Amino acid sequence: MQPILSVRDLIVEVDTGSAVHRVLDGVSLDLYPGKTLGVVGESGCGKSMTALATMGLLPDRFRIAGGSIRLGDEELTTVKPNRLRQLRGNTISMIFQEPMTSLNPLLTVERQIAEVVELHQGKSATEAREIALETLRAVQIPSPEERLAAYPHELSGGMRQRVMIAIALACRPKVIIADEPTTALDVTVQAQIFGLLRDLQCNTDTAIMLITHDLGAVADMADEVAVFYAGKSIETGPVADILDHPAHPYTRGLMSCTPRLRLGAAARLPEAGTLGEIPGMVPPLGRFPKACRFAPRCPLADTRCTTEAPLPVAVGPNQSALCWHAKEEVYV
Amino acid sequence: MKTLLSKLASVVGLLFAVVALNFLLIQFAPGDPVEVIVGEMGGASEELVAQMRAEYGLDKPVLVQLAIYVGKIVTGDFGLSIYYNQPVLSLILQRLPATVLLMLASMTIAVVLGTFLGIFSARHPKGLLSHFVTLFSLAGYSAPVFWTGLMLLILFSSVWPIFPVSGMTSIRGVQGVFGYILDVAHHLVLPAVTLSSVYIALYSRLSRASMLDVLGADYIRTARAKGLSERQVIYGHALRNGIIPVVTMLGLQMGQLLAGATLVETVFNWPGLGRLAYESILRRDYPTLLAILFFSAVIVVVANLLTDLAYGKIDPRIGGRRKPAPRKTKEATQ
Repeated sequence: MQPILSVRDLIVEVDTGSAVHRVLDGVSLDLYPGKTLGVVGESGCGKSMTALATMGLLPDRFRIAGGSIRLGDEELTTVKPNRLRQLRGNTISMIFQEPMTSLNPLLTVERQIAEVVELHQGKSATEAREIALETLRAVQIPSPEERLAAYPHELSGGMRQRVMIAIALACRPKVIIADEPTTALDVTVQAQIFGLLRDLQCNTDTAIMLITHDLGAVADMADEVAVFYAGKSIETGPVADILDHPAHPYTRGLMSCTPRLRLGAAARLPEAGTLGEIPGMVPPLGRFPKACRFAPRCPLADTRCTTEAPLPVAVGPNQSALCWHAKEEVYV
Repeated sequence: MKTLLSKLASVVGLLFAVVALNFLLIQFAPGDPVEVIVGEMGGASEELVAQMRAEYGLDKPVLVQLAIYVGKIVTGDFGLSIYYNQPVLSLILQRLPATVLLMLASMTIAVVLGTFLGIFSARHPKGLLSHFVTLFSLAGYSAPVFWTGLMLLILFSSVWPIFPVSGMTSIRGVQGVFGYILDVAHHLVLPAVTLSSVYIALYSRLSRASMLDVLGADYIRTARAKGLSERQVIYGHALRNGIIPVVTMLGLQMGQLLAGATLVETVFNWPGLGRLAYESILRRDYPTLLAILFFSAVIVVVANLLTDLAYGKIDPRIGGRRKPAPRKTKEATQ
């Protein structure tokens, strides 16, 4: 199967005025129609930057310095700004992290959804209104007719995120990038939103890139996973493989940091009460180690790790990790 | 409806307070209109002075004078001008349109030009024009209105005489309604530009800061992610949000604008309320002065009411225009 979105060796740099730093250093990802790719990692590891670079929405002073982003047959890194605008919101759309602030407070829900449809599909106001209504129904907003006339401040957080999803869905895009879509919402709403995204995906064959720091969400939603650390994608593979036998020490560390509910006999096991942690901190931008970026925090690190940058190692049929020790069956 | 009624009630109370305060303020000021009139007559006997005082009601206690005055205002009687010897109301109604025209024109220039300069410099914060706007607004804000007026007056009376520098219409007269409008507009240019200079400066700074803030907002990123062009993002999404502080300031500054209009009218001989006020103070024409102060208060109060309404129109979160409770739209019930 051909990927609908393919990112290869993407490099994004930021010019801080005094120096140029690499925020993303050779990131590669593939997104397939009807599938969900979970992108996980700590804050500042480059997840959102990958999304913004793909959308062509990098903030000021950030720029793509190398690599390629292909959407279908088009190369997004060199495409003309006008063409990119035609694709944004139409073929590829994005759901942002903060539903509270991501909607324009002065425009009605109808306007904010209908606008996209009018822009990309050349619909009249009446037709766009119908589509807006239909999309609100699709995202299961209660009494959608009334919500059309509502302003964002009249809606709850969960409803606002549904409106955001409706905006992203309105033109039936091939790719949706969801950047931590549930971080600001409470757990029950989170489950609803994920359920909704899954249903919509079943019906439309949309590819979803789900950016999150929540491994639970990944286990729930994703087909494939990419783990990010310090601007690099350090491990990729099918979700079951990575969650069952993570190969990169960082992924293993992340897994051990995830709290688990243990009941019955499991609760009496000696390790049941402890939650793992990865010692140290992510190095700040511009002070990444030259070789393996995880080496200073890695329990398996040796001299090679601090002198030679690791290459991707295939650890399974579709799983690969960026680590010299990826094949060692050592658990941390 | 209820809010409108309570607003109107507070407006009436406010206007009454303005009348009472102004009346008492003038009572405390030294000097007496009868003395001025007697002075211009070349002197008069004690009896005549007392007779005149009685005629104008100036011999009664202050509070009684106030009560009589308020009672008359309620019926629309502002008394006779001591200097012009004609009803104050007609005197003021002759002058009011000129002042309102000057204020509206200046306000429009200031808001439109100020906002556009602000938007432009917010979009290119490091561009040459942005620096120019900063410099210009600093100069415009620091220069007193009468000084700006005098400088423009010198420039356009001797160096580059393309705009009339005095009055509201040409002495030689013009033909037709259209000709009259053009003539007034031509005369309006310098006073309006002078009066708006301070506010252009202020609003360009204000809208620059506010647009910079808005352009960094999450919902602007959402608008861009929709594939909207930069123009659509600015004018469809950012402008309405960015202009809110300007509207707020506009409402607050109505009183200052009117005070500025007084100075500008004096400099450019504009036949408005401001010049009448200036002359009435010099002539101790109390009935006229009091009525001018009253109408100034009315202008400011009305402008503030309009600002409030505009505010509610721009920002749905303000004014409780709509309730979040379920509401059936027409289409929904069909």
